[in-house]
Amino acid sequence: MILFLLRRLVTMIVTLLIISALVFFIIKLPPGDFLSNQIAELRAQGEADSVAKAEFLIKQYGLDRPAWEQYLVWIGVMPGPNGFSGLLQGDWGWSFEYDKPVVDVVGDALWLTLVVNLAVVIFIHLVSIPIAIYSATRQYSVGDYVATFIGYIGLATPSFLLALIMLYYANRWFGVSIGGLYDARFSGEPWTWEKIRSLLSHLIVPTVVIGLAGTAAMIRRMRANLLDELGKQYYVTAKAKGLAPTRALLKYPFRMSLNPFVADIGNLLPHLISGSVLVSLVLSLPTVGPILLAALKSQDQFLAGFILMFVAVLTVIGMLISDLLLALLDPRIRAGGAR
Amino acid sequence: MVVTTAKPNAVPTETRMGETLLSIRDLRVDFRTETGDFRAVDGLSFDIPPGKTVALVGESGSGKSVTAQAIMHILPKVARISGGSICFNDPAGDGRPVDIADYDPEGAAMRALRGGRIAMIFQEPMTSLSPLHTIGDQVTEALMTHAEVSAEEARRKAVDVFARVGFPDPQRALRTYPFELSGGLRQRAMIAMALITRPALLIADEPTTALDVTTQAQILDLIREIQAETGMSVLLITHDLGVVANVADEVVVMYRGKVMETGSREDIFRHAEHPYLQALMRAVPRFAMAENERLTPIREVRTTAFDKGVASSPTQPAGPVLRAEELTKTYTLRSGWFSGKTRTIRALNGINLDVMPGKTLGLVGESGCGKTTVSKIIMRALQPDGGRVLFDDGSGPRDVQHLEGDDLTAYRRNVQFVFQDPFSSLNPRMTVYEILTEPLRIHNIGTSDERYARAKELLDMVGLSKQALRRYPHSFSGGQRQRLGIARALALQPRVLLCDEPVSALDVSVQAQVLNLLKDLQAALGLTYLFVSHNLAVVDYIADTIAVMCRGYIVEEAPKASLFRNPVHPYTQALLAAVPDPDIDRPLDFAKLRADRFSDPAQWPEPYRLAPGEHGLMTEIEPGHKVRLSDQSSREAA
Repeated sequence: MILFLLRRLVTMIVTLLIISALVFFIIKLPPGDFLSNQIAELRAQGEADSVAKAEFLIKQYGLDRPAWEQYLVWIGVMPGPNGFSGLLQGDWGWSFEYDKPVVDVVGDALWLTLVVNLAVVIFIHLVSIPIAIYSATRQYSVGDYVATFIGYIGLATPSFLLALIMLYYANRWFGVSIGGLYDARFSGEPWTWEKIRSLLSHLIVPTVVIGLAGTAAMIRRMRANLLDELGKQYYVTAKAKGLAPTRALLKYPFRMSLNPFVADIGNLLPHLISGSVLVSLVLSLPTVGPILLAALKSQDQFLAGFILMFVAVLTVIGMLISDLLLALLDPRIRAGGAR
Repeated sequence: MVVTTAKPNAVPTETRMGETLLSIRDLRVDFRTETGDFRAVDGLSFDIPPGKTVALVGESGSGKSVTAQAIMHILPKVARISGGSICFNDPAGDGRPVDIADYDPEGAAMRALRGGRIAMIFQEPMTSLSPLHTIGDQVTEALMTHAEVSAEEARRKAVDVFARVGFPDPQRALRTYPFELSGGLRQRAMIAMALITRPALLIADEPTTALDVTTQAQILDLIREIQAETGMSVLLITHDLGVVANVADEVVVMYRGKVMETGSREDIFRHAEHPYLQALMRAVPRFAMAENERLTPIREVRTTAFDKGVASSPTQPAGPVLRAEELTKTYTLRSGWFSGKTRTIRALNGINLDVMPGKTLGLVGESGCGKTTVSKIIMRALQPDGGRVLFDDGSGPRDVQHLEGDDLTAYRRNVQFVFQDPFSSLNPRMTVYEILTEPLRIHNIGTSDERYARAKELLDMVGLSKQALRRYPHSFSGGQRQRLGIARALALQPRVLLCDEPVSALDVSVQAQVLNLLKDLQAALGLTYLFVSHNLAVVDYIADTIAVMCRGYIVEEAPKASLFRNPVHPYTQALLAAVPDPDIDRPLDFAKLRADRFSDPAQWPEPYRLAPGEHGLMTEIEPGHKVRLSDQSSREAA
């Protein structure tokens, strides 16, 4: 077990290193960088002072050095102008666009993103699992068709459109503004109970909007998985034992049908961050999605690089969690692939 | 309404004379299908007396499993009991019979009976246990559902039952997962699960069909013993008349949902009256068959392909067409919690085989003995660790492992494979025409007109009409699909067919059909067969020479007549003794099979004993009849 964890840790680190290199060089692929673009612009406007400052920043962050050196400095294995100071040392870099350290730009956004997405994940599972069980155990019944139909609508509706509609009607009917994650008056305030309550009430609409498509997809997949398992012989055995129907269902086929979802946790986390960008924009949620979009557009390399690395770390950790959970759930995996 | 709970350790229920435990009258079960209702069980009536074994016999589709499901109320959703009664007279109840047919399938009364008073075991021990829960969990659950016992007590009882059904380490069995067990032990776990509540009736739905013959004999023995101890009744559902002849007290023969014949075992086997039953008996391969006696399938396949004399025998080599020399193969397995520990399994320990042209070599052994590995190496699907395979198409033997390019393509044309499972070995998305002509397309043979003609000819050979060409595999029965599999294998006019358990997934009636077809094709086309099977009676029917394999060794090899007249090796003897013969004058010797020693080379008696790592030597004891002796005794013999 320990050996397994160690092996996994080593592969995780290697994976992250490769991802970091890919991320950095892809961001650097377009010609120029944020500062040189800005300098060109400033020169055109003839603002010599700003140009001097920008040139100072270029020196400061080593943007005049070759890309591979910049990369090594960024991850912190090569001394930059300020000595070793990169991701490994906990220095996340400087955002040129916001003219602030990256940590200040993404600080609140990061964990608000986590809160929103956690709420979405919980929402998806809470809603879709009961519906899927209902739908699968009563295949081709009226209820199953209704659930299936609603599911298709949920899948087919673009979530940003739904967000716009909800935005409009929430305002018109209830007089509440659902944009943002808390009332504007709490902006920049320290976290109080008031602010948290405001956050929770603002969370409902984004959760439903972002979660709807996922819920629909999950119902479909869970229903299909469960239908497969319901036909299996061991379920007949359980019933032949005289178990009550609900208990037989939950203990055997349901537990089997969970496996693919546990295996999916690793993909779920990053997908939720990058998948909700449009909705975040529409609902003006202070999450990292819109920040990432802007940073990529303006080649704000340290900011974009950091966010992408953050997503990568989440993915890798999610994979580890799902592997460990799978081993916990399924003894066949513990035994190392033996059947 | 009678609600009974199992009383663990209750005294064996005494049999009340003149009463029946279960009495089925005029039972009808309907299935809703797209084309209207289909009656799977039609007016079925029979009785199960207390303490007796009733065998329900029939082909697949005869409604015998549906009957069992109806008794348990676990019918599929599209099926329902549409009439008749199932009266259950529980000896532990208040003496009033209850009609199960009227019960609500999910009601408390039915649930108390199901698993409590009537328990069931199934055909596939591989899939009837949940892979995610320990055996202990699944077995104690059965008891705790039906009796007021603590988890601790349930575990104690489970250990007792595990010991009773023959688990080597009952304590450990509690924490064991099904995938860690062999097929035989899984079926024992199923029996433990059924018996822990001390049911009055055990329904066994093909309990041994998926098991090896020696394991089958042990499981049947176990059921008989426990029945004698507890006085329960058994409803045994099977298509194997050999099993029936050995364990049943009474026999009910079903065909298309109706009872064809009922009677005591004596009556049924001595004076089978109904033509269907007589036909069924003639379709089973037996050891005592006369030379050149032909099985009579219930539905004979007609083929006209050879009447016109289209068959042409290729030039045959003088020596063996296929020869395996000292094949060895080791598998490496990972084991344990993510650990890097590995186990090596010696699948083949120096296998030598000669397959003579136009003849059939039968390769017999139980699951895991390495017989499939041999056929895969011959197909070049696996690389042996040592040894070689020689193929001779008349131009001299060549090493198969070193064939390349055109030679390899020619070899592939010459050696074709017939698979065990006719359901998964045909692509469901291809029509029969596409399936049959795919080998021709791969090898670039013929124009599309010629391929069409060839496909028609192939169908004719296996007795199917050319209307089949445009249909998909799912619209054929198991036997028809297996014939399609054979037709596909013949498409390239091979010299050798490797048949890997080609009839073990088929019903007895269909089995005879396919075996006869293989015999006819061999006679007409001069084919050579390597026929791999665990069923000695089947091999006896089709093979000329038989090689018996155990733990990666060939232990005995002899012409068919010699092997069956004079089986020398203890393993061969055990295999032969374990095959249930559909002849009540030749019962199984259960006591002899009880010891589980015959598949362990270290436990064989001298001079056959092989110490670990010892290979022994094949020694000829009469012309063509060779047996493996230990190194020492073979030296002494020499």
